[in-house]
Amino acid sequence: MRLWLRCCLVVYCLQLAAVVMATAEEMPPFEKRSGLEFVSPETRRLQEDDTSNPGMLWVLEGERLWREAVGPTGPACAGCHGEAAASMRGVAARYPLFDSASGRPLDLQGRINLCRSEHQGAPPLAFESQELLALTAFVAHQSRDLPVTAPNDERLSPFIENGRRLYRQRLGQVDLACADCHDERWGERLGGSLIPQAHPTGYPLYRLEWQTVGSLQRRIRNCMIGVRAEPFDFGAPELVELELFLMQRAAGMPIETPAVRP
Amino acid sequence: MRSIVNVPKTARAGEVIEIKTMIAHPMETGYRTGTNGATIPRNIISRFVCTYDGEEVFSAELFPAIAANPLIAFTTVAVQTGTLTFAWTDDSGVTETTTAEITVI
Repeated sequence: MRLWLRCCLVVYCLQLAAVVMATAEEMPPFEKRSGLEFVSPETRRLQEDDTSNPGMLWVLEGERLWREAVGPTGPACAGCHGEAAASMRGVAARYPLFDSASGRPLDLQGRINLCRSEHQGAPPLAFESQELLALTAFVAHQSRDLPVTAPNDERLSPFIENGRRLYRQRLGQVDLACADCHDERWGERLGGSLIPQAHPTGYPLYRLEWQTVGSLQRRIRNCMIGVRAEPFDFGAPELVELELFLMQRAAGMPIETPAVRP
Repeated sequence: MRSIVNVPKTARAGEVIEIKTMIAHPMETGYRTGTNGATIPRNIISRFVCTYDGEEVFSAELFPAIAANPLIAFTTVAVQTGTLTFAWTDDSGVTETTTAEITVI
């Protein structure tokens, strides 16, 4: 009888452990909230009025670059794609996409650089250069208010899984995973700042701290430096996979580019 | 330099109108050092002037503590149909000028 009781107890404990492990594995269901809901009313007003949103200066510059011929022979972006308002509408909402040639996911700035080298005969633009940020912001701005639509592409699955793994991987001397803050503790404070849910719906965005527009890759690298980890290089496959996972996670949320954050 | 100005298209005579201006500028303070350890030379917009049909209605002196891409908002009185001219001058002597029309009814 005692033995039977003990067996029951062991089985019960195992079940309990399984439940605990499952909850640690699954992201707790919560209502998705844009980073805009975590900023001060003043910052929100900056974003919501195009004549006071500093990100619009980059969109404006991107529009100029869109029409400008690249190099001596290359066509302008507009030479093939025409009016961005029509041809680029909804594009940023589906990126990163699977690129068959490289067999890897490709983000929007990667696509712009690929377009430059393949069709415009021009060297790729440097990461975080004003030109690349302006063009990316201009293209992404054409999708403003459209919902993020994660592409239903089976070939992306292993990369999304890797992105998810990286998101949950503890990193750096501080030993924190993205999920530790952005899934478990959003709405709480880290130092003086509110922790948002990390939905990348407004990139490239204007950060008051940076005093300029920056990419999602720059933001992720910032977080990695914050937890005292060695950040991935700009354009590293890991960063693109993280971008991919985050966009899947933000599916259905409206694009805000150019967003303004503190 | 790229700028965005927001002026109401029409206004009643004597109405106080709000004008918003924004310009892309690094506003480099002159106090920072680059990756090579050398000081990055100061380059800020030092003066902003708004004229209304040639008459100065608003001006500002700017200093290194002002953030990059300065947003300047101010008010003036709509007196007549005319042109508002905005001019930003930086340390390198470059002046960016833009204009906006206003119709007074």
